Amino acid sequence: MKITYTDVLVIGGGLAGLRTATGVKARGHDVIVLSLVPPKRSHSAAAQGGMQASLANSVMGQGDNEDIHFEDTIKGSDWGADQKVVRMFVNTAPKAIRELAAWGVPWSRVKRGDRQAIINAEKVTISEQDEAHGLITARDFGGTKKWRTCYTSDGTGHSMLYAMDNKAHEQKIEVQERMEAIALIHENKRCYGAIVRNLMTGELTAYVAKATTIATGGYGRIYSVSTNAVICEGMGQAIALETGVATLGNMEAIQFHPTAIVPVGILTTEGCRGDGGVLRDVDGYRFMPDYEPEKKELASRDVVSRRMIEHMRKGKGVSSRYGDHLWLDITLLGREHIEKNLREVKEICEKFLGIDPAEEWIPVRPTQHYSMGGIRTKLTGESQTLKGLYACGEAACWDMHGFNRLGGNSVSETVVAGMLVAEYIADYCDDKASSVDISSQTIESFMDQEKEKIESLLNHKKGEDAYQLRESMEKIMMEKVGIFRNGADLESAVIELQALYERSHNIEVKRSKSRAANPALVNAYRTQRMIKIALTAAYGALLRTESRGAHSREDYPERNDKDWLKRTIMSWPATTNKANTNTSKSLPDVSYEDLNIEEMELPPGFRGYGKDMTIKHPTSIIRQKQVEKIQENNNQQGLDRFKAQNKFMPYENLLPEKYRGRNERLTERFNDDDDEVKGIDNEK
Amino acid sequence: MKNNKERQLKISILRFDPHIKGDKPRMESYEIEEAPGMTLFIALNDIRQHHDASLKFDFVCRAGICGSCAMIINGKPDLACRTLTKKLPAEITLAPLPVFELIGDLSVFTGNWMRGLNERLEAWVHEQEEIDFNRLEQRMEPELADEIYELDRCIECGCCVAGCGTIQMREEFVGAVGLNKIARYQLDPRDKRTDRDYYELIGDEDGVFGCMTLLGCEDVCPKDLPLQSKIAYLRRKMLEIGLKSDTHSC
Ligand SMILES: Cc1cc2nc3c(=O)[nH]c(=O)nc-3n(C[C@H](O)[C@H](O)[C@H](O)COP(=O)(O)OP(=O)(O)OC[C@H]3O[C@@H](n4cnc5c(N)ncnc54)[C@H](O)[C@@H]3O)c2cc1C
Repeated sequence: MKITYTDVLVIGGGLAGLRTATGVKARGHDVIVLSLVPPKRSHSAAAQGGMQASLANSVMGQGDNEDIHFEDTIKGSDWGADQKVVRMFVNTAPKAIRELAAWGVPWSRVKRGDRQAIINAEKVTISEQDEAHGLITARDFGGTKKWRTCYTSDGTGHSMLYAMDNKAHEQKIEVQERMEAIALIHENKRCYGAIVRNLMTGELTAYVAKATTIATGGYGRIYSVSTNAVICEGMGQAIALETGVATLGNMEAIQFHPTAIVPVGILTTEGCRGDGGVLRDVDGYRFMPDYEPEKKELASRDVVSRRMIEHMRKGKGVSSRYGDHLWLDITLLGREHIEKNLREVKEICEKFLGIDPAEEWIPVRPTQHYSMGGIRTKLTGESQTLKGLYACGEAACWDMHGFNRLGGNSVSETVVAGMLVAEYIADYCDDKASSVDISSQTIESFMDQEKEKIESLLNHKKGEDAYQLRESMEKIMMEKVGIFRNGADLESAVIELQALYERSHNIEVKRSKSRAANPALVNAYRTQRMIKIALTAAYGALLRTESRGAHSREDYPERNDKDWLKRTIMSWPATTNKANTNTSKSLPDVSYEDLNIEEMELPPGFRGYGKDMTIKHPTSIIRQKQVEKIQENNNQQGLDRFKAQNKFMPYENLLPEKYRGRNERLTERFNDDDDEVKGIDNEK
Repeated sequence: MKNNKERQLKISILRFDPHIKGDKPRMESYEIEEAPGMTLFIALNDIRQHHDASLKFDFVCRAGICGSCAMIINGKPDLACRTLTKKLPAEITLAPLPVFELIGDLSVFTGNWMRGLNERLEAWVHEQEEIDFNRLEQRMEPELADEIYELDRCIECGCCVAGCGTIQMREEFVGAVGLNKIARYQLDPRDKRTDRDYYELIGDEDGVFGCMTLLGCEDVCPKDLPLQSKIAYLRRKMLEIGLKSDTHSC
């Protein structure tokens, strides 16, 4: 048996995984990063529009700060997010972007003087200040009060990931590509690493580590059409689930992006609308102002996607052989702007649609895009139930996004979470208690189990075709667990997925029996796991009888804080994994974790879209009164915004010490003699 | 539903699995019906699903962004995911990129090649001092940031390496991808290296003086990077340094 030892095993070489690795390495711990593909090809590279950080350099971002970023994120999440996590995030995001700037990301910069822009379909002149010249600029994105999304044209994820991977090279971080973690090694509620399959040779190796981090991205590919890369198959969530110990949170919280091209589902960034593009229907009519007079096309993503579907249901869609769609019109931005700031979009339109988006409208439709759910963690990134297992980035439910993530907040989260979680992991590894005490017998039994699974897939006779099962799963998710959901469809989705799950025990890898590089074998074992992930999403959606953020139930249209201000928590206890015979248990165990309203800085309220249909929680009203009272006191005492914030919900002590400092802005300059402004607020 | 108007495509693929003992390179052909909007991504998945489950190829983003799927398409390196079949004749020949280690069929190991290159050229920002990330970021001229981004758009797909005449003869040649990286850092004020430092890295025949200006790289670059003008610029710069050091040593 081949065993590799390291301090920290990081599964995933996207932004989240690489930033975690550089962080723990800087703290002096050994680290190995595993990735299915060269790290620079991770899905992070496909992020287009930008990264949110409240730098407030551009005149359109003036007045922005952590407080406003916080409020936008909580409202965006439909109050599903963990408010402490969001506070930790908004305070670290400006540091993250400045660090990335130093590492080489060529962020677009503010240019002094006048420039033309399109806002609400009209030409306006924006005048940038002299003093902001050369600082990082930002564009508008949905659901934000200020222009806060920093970018490099529409290749932001690419530039970020390249800078990050190059940094990893500089630090001599060991990255092993085309390596797939297929099971976690664990015993007595402690994780010890993973069983890893080499995708080129088929060899299995046990990686044993003090801490194991899953940064494997989202699970969008359980749908047949998704903006996600083809490797976003939820394998990180699946191997965590298969421990029977680690839990997944809010798997039903799945985001649909308003503007993916039809039919292939490739994304055109929210930056298209942020920069002034509009949505039009079959008559060429701009319909969004009728539905959302205030934010129009720049309402939160979940809202725009629903409005588009509603409008198409009224017969206003453009019919095509691939079903109805609407138009995204960016012609009004002008060729020069498109060729500079929306280059990928232009290439995509040219190559896949054969159109020039400076002249023609783009056919778009809401499409699966982002997984808010994932491996449920504490705010240190550690699993709540499996010690030594960490998760961050899209793979995790940390829970920064609740039921709807804001555009630009995800790449931002990946880097911020990587920075913070690396520190907590390093602390854990510094502690003697983390040393590895697992017998090689135990490791071997995990190894044998995986070997057996692979052999049985290759040797089954007259078994099921994995491609067919997978296609059925994708179709069920598309048709029954989509943007608008209802009890009847969800119930049949769960029943049908359960049937697929049963059949998946009997998959046979047909016509391709190699134990080395073998795409059919890979598809077989992943399909088994994907069906489980699909089940957690569909089942979670069925049970959640309310509408919150991206989870929208036609039979329960109101957000129900009274009964549902809680996270869905799922586990799949181990006994149901092995026994192919145990057919009674083809569903995960479900429990719920209450959100603590009494601690909220921003008590549950109205998000500001459509009409308010919230069923209020009694505690919300009490907390609202308290918050108002605190506000009054703060005003009386004339506290600055930091001290004032501290009265609502202290969080600074939760951050690793090196990330507690304040962020300098043009309007909040540091005075070098004044430690209090520059450093930590010492007052508790 | 059969549609008579659709073409029958004949896709011939150079197949070889080095992990199977005794396997030999061979061409295999598959006939599939073209569909509207069909790309090679769709066509190859169709073949894998319905004709040969063992066919190996690489796709990740399938949107022309990540660079995984470069291969030789009718004799020319390009990204398969965004190649529409309707732009090709009904007979299509596919082969893996040369130069890179073969994993099997159309899948090649570009990752380790690129990592080796990056390490050799130290393709990262060499900073001299730690920054304080709580403070305002260092300023940069907006035009300069745009210029750096232009070169930063390289996706390490390997097309320029496959299309390079020099590399066929000179295995250690850094290729347009490598020279473009140096051009990118040379432009970037955050990288504290001097022209002399770059000269140490590429001031020889495996570097900027190896390029025979055959233009193969720029012709095939899927991101339309200005490779030739950047190589020419670098060559002038490096020549200056070379000459200077010659006079110094006299
Ligand atoms: C088209 C598109 C555009 C987007 N644009 C934006 C944007 O403008 N702004 C924004 O904020 N967000 C955007 N997002 C979202 C954002 O890009 C992602 O959420 C984010 O990049 C995820 O990063 P990650 O590091 O968590 O995971 P990923 O980048 O997906 O990386 C996952 C890594 O895990 C590895 N891996 C997976 N499974 C295994 C396994 N079993 N074993 C070993 N390795 C494994 C993979 O190889 C990969 O290296 C966009 C998303 C899409 C789909």
